[in-house]
Amino acid sequence: MSGQFSNEPMLDMYIFETSQNIEQLEACILSSEKTSCYTEVAINEIFRIMHTIKGSSAMMLFNNISLLAHSIEDLFYFLREEKPKDIDCSTLSDLIFEGVDFIKVELQKIKDGNKADGDSSLLIEKIKEFLEPLKQQNPSKNESEKSAFKQPPHYYIASENKSSLSNFNYFKATIFFEDGCEMENIRGYTIVHNLKEFAEDIYYLPNDIIDNDDSVEVIRKEGFKVFVKTDKSYEAMNDFFNQTIFLKELEFIQLEDKEEFLQFNDSSQTIIKDNPVKVPQLHSEEQERTTNFTNQSIISVNVAKLDKLMDLVGEMVIAEAMVTQNPEVRGLQLDNFQKAARQLHKITSELQDMVMSIRMVPLSTTFQKMHRIVRDMNKKLGKEVQLELIGEETEVDKNIIEHISDPLMHLVRNSIDHGIETMEDREIIGKPKAGKVTLEAKNSGSDVFIIVKDDGRGLNKEKILERARKNSLLTKPVDEMTDKDIYNLIFLPGFSTKDNITEFSGRGVGMDVVVKNIETVGGMVSIDSTAGVGSTITTKIPLTLAIIDGMNIQVGNSRYTIPITAIKESFKPKEADLIRDPDGNEMIMVRGQCYPIIRLHQVYKVKKAITEFTEGILIMVGQDEKNFCLFADKLLGQQQVVIKTLPNYLKKIKKIQGIAGCTLLGDGSISLILDTSRLANKE
Amino acid sequence: MDKAEGKELLEQEENTQKGRFLTFALNEESYGIEIRYVTEIIGIQPITEIPELPEYIRGIINLRGKIIPVMDIRLRFKKEFREYNDRTCIIVIDIEDTCIGLIVDSVSEVISIPEREIVDPPDMSKGGSRYIKGIGKVGSEVKLLLDCDKLLNEKDVHDLANI
Repeated sequence: MSGQFSNEPMLDMYIFETSQNIEQLEACILSSEKTSCYTEVAINEIFRIMHTIKGSSAMMLFNNISLLAHSIEDLFYFLREEKPKDIDCSTLSDLIFEGVDFIKVELQKIKDGNKADGDSSLLIEKIKEFLEPLKQQNPSKNESEKSAFKQPPHYYIASENKSSLSNFNYFKATIFFEDGCEMENIRGYTIVHNLKEFAEDIYYLPNDIIDNDDSVEVIRKEGFKVFVKTDKSYEAMNDFFNQTIFLKELEFIQLEDKEEFLQFNDSSQTIIKDNPVKVPQLHSEEQERTTNFTNQSIISVNVAKLDKLMDLVGEMVIAEAMVTQNPEVRGLQLDNFQKAARQLHKITSELQDMVMSIRMVPLSTTFQKMHRIVRDMNKKLGKEVQLELIGEETEVDKNIIEHISDPLMHLVRNSIDHGIETMEDREIIGKPKAGKVTLEAKNSGSDVFIIVKDDGRGLNKEKILERARKNSLLTKPVDEMTDKDIYNLIFLPGFSTKDNITEFSGRGVGMDVVVKNIETVGGMVSIDSTAGVGSTITTKIPLTLAIIDGMNIQVGNSRYTIPITAIKESFKPKEADLIRDPDGNEMIMVRGQCYPIIRLHQVYKVKKAITEFTEGILIMVGQDEKNFCLFADKLLGQQQVVIKTLPNYLKKIKKIQGIAGCTLLGDGSISLILDTSRLANKE
Repeated sequence: MDKAEGKELLEQEENTQKGRFLTFALNEESYGIEIRYVTEIIGIQPITEIPELPEYIRGIINLRGKIIPVMDIRLRFKKEFREYNDRTCIIVIDIEDTCIGLIVDSVSEVISIPEREIVDPPDMSKGGSRYIKGIGKVGSEVKLLLDCDKLLNEKDVHDLANI
């Protein structure tokens, strides 16, 4: 959802909710398919979602979506009511998935500002074709009920005709909404609206909820009273009311006699008419969507606002340092000031953590999407691959999630397409018929590892080398390359080992794009593989892009910041440990290990810096297996820094190697953040 | 606010800014820059150097939490570098969301130059006037009007060779 919709909150809301519903729907279908039967719960759920989509789409005048949703709803209504035996589950799933895809495509069109002009009639025909034989096999027991459903606006008014059918119970519910949930009257209307489905008669107090805005006050004070006449049991009705969102308190009683109920009847003041007001539909949607969060109030916030908040908190952290580390108070004996400063520090860091946590989103939605991919690919490729998710509750920054979704999808596809063998092959080599792809996420310090593992055939080194040779991607002699070097070849642009291009992967634009995407968020990709056993692709991404713990160092007049996580140690070198090779490369011996030295002042041509090793300090930094030492004048101290990107103008002029961004220090000056991994490759 | 009204206001603002230039001095010459690009004028600030950039990009400064690059106009025009003093100013301009500070010797004033007083720069094949959009006549003086867009976006042949 981009800013272009800011003027159309309704549309925005529609897109947001429908996409969420669709996601939910997919998850539901997938889990049903796994058990290869649609449970009643699932059917109800799908029915409900489709009903919602139908309603809101019709409201937004997206008729093609609405019609499609309607036909799926019909189908599931039939399934729900008639509970037909022997449904062809997989066809059913395919059918709904087709529908889901259609809606997704249309949604994308709407999002892009185009007209949703897709034609769903073919799909609707298909659904009808599927439904017809089912209907014939399971003739409807109660046709009238069905027709009643088909004309939803009328079925609840038919109360008088039906009243003789069964014994009715009379209930009185008094509902109090949570403070501050707003629009109590609309919420009340929503309940009534939903009640219509199974109630014979409904009366409610205050009775002018839609027309009279003052009713909000009344509801807040006295609660929203609903009198229901229905054939449902006490439990069922109680459950219904308990599902109301923002419900604070519910008083639900069964009325022994009709009198209290009928008193309304006489005055006949509030017999519900079919009110064509459409707004409540949207809210009924909202209610359904958040049923699970009955006691949690959730709001959706524009990410841009969060970014701004993040920035502000960053500024505040800096401002705090400016105050407490102000040169004018340094060296003074200020007990109270120090106390207050500590208090301030505590609050700012808490605030910072809080803001960070707001932006953290669990990976589960991204992971769940993979189920669908696995399913589709299984069908198309005739493989049987199971997807295992581990640690999907791991949280990462919202911005990062957006960047890793596509690469992950690509990796999973690759694993299934290239990695996992066909079922026959697997049987021959004695592996279980079903392949397995594991998607795992775990925290490690300030990084998150996402691991895609398969138990397929592994990478074929010969094939990789051959391909690399053909595309002249080899940069060093083959016999000097380690296994890892060879595997890493597949990350190079223009590399593809798959000869026949499939629908899913193998266009040769794959892995390098994955790497690029991951790198844009400061992540790394590495691969490991054992022939015949499988391959593991590990992506390491930072938890957040915004704030890091950094060590500030000084070189000449310039200051640099190194991420603390990259630093192994820092020490004053001894003259004796320094080694210089004939090429003039400097190295240092530390505990029997030799590390190259990078002189920062040389790399960045800083003037007036210390050049004698013994005068300055060496900081050992490590990235992967590569360790090296940076030579700087001195350490300035550790600080949490807010990463700011370099101005766009500079980026446009030149991409500066080894600088990840910049940050403001306590005194308002700017420090450049070093990207140690790039720095290592710079030489 | 009503849309039409807003537009009108915007137009009004454009109108008041039209033909108005902020003039600054560089050596003996006087330059003009369209006022609508100018965000603010600040005194010289501590500049953080950034490695590997062309010489005329002096580095970045912290403008109330916003980090912007600064360009020395003298160096950009291949004039000799002069030490900054308390007359030295940074003119912060904003062109199509690119914010950049221009270091100039000193800022003079804001003047109006009617369109009829502006003439095209003489066509010089040597490219000496690449960054000049026009020459404005004010009384007996001439002001060289800067083409900010080119100033920012045009790369020197020299730079390109370096990349």
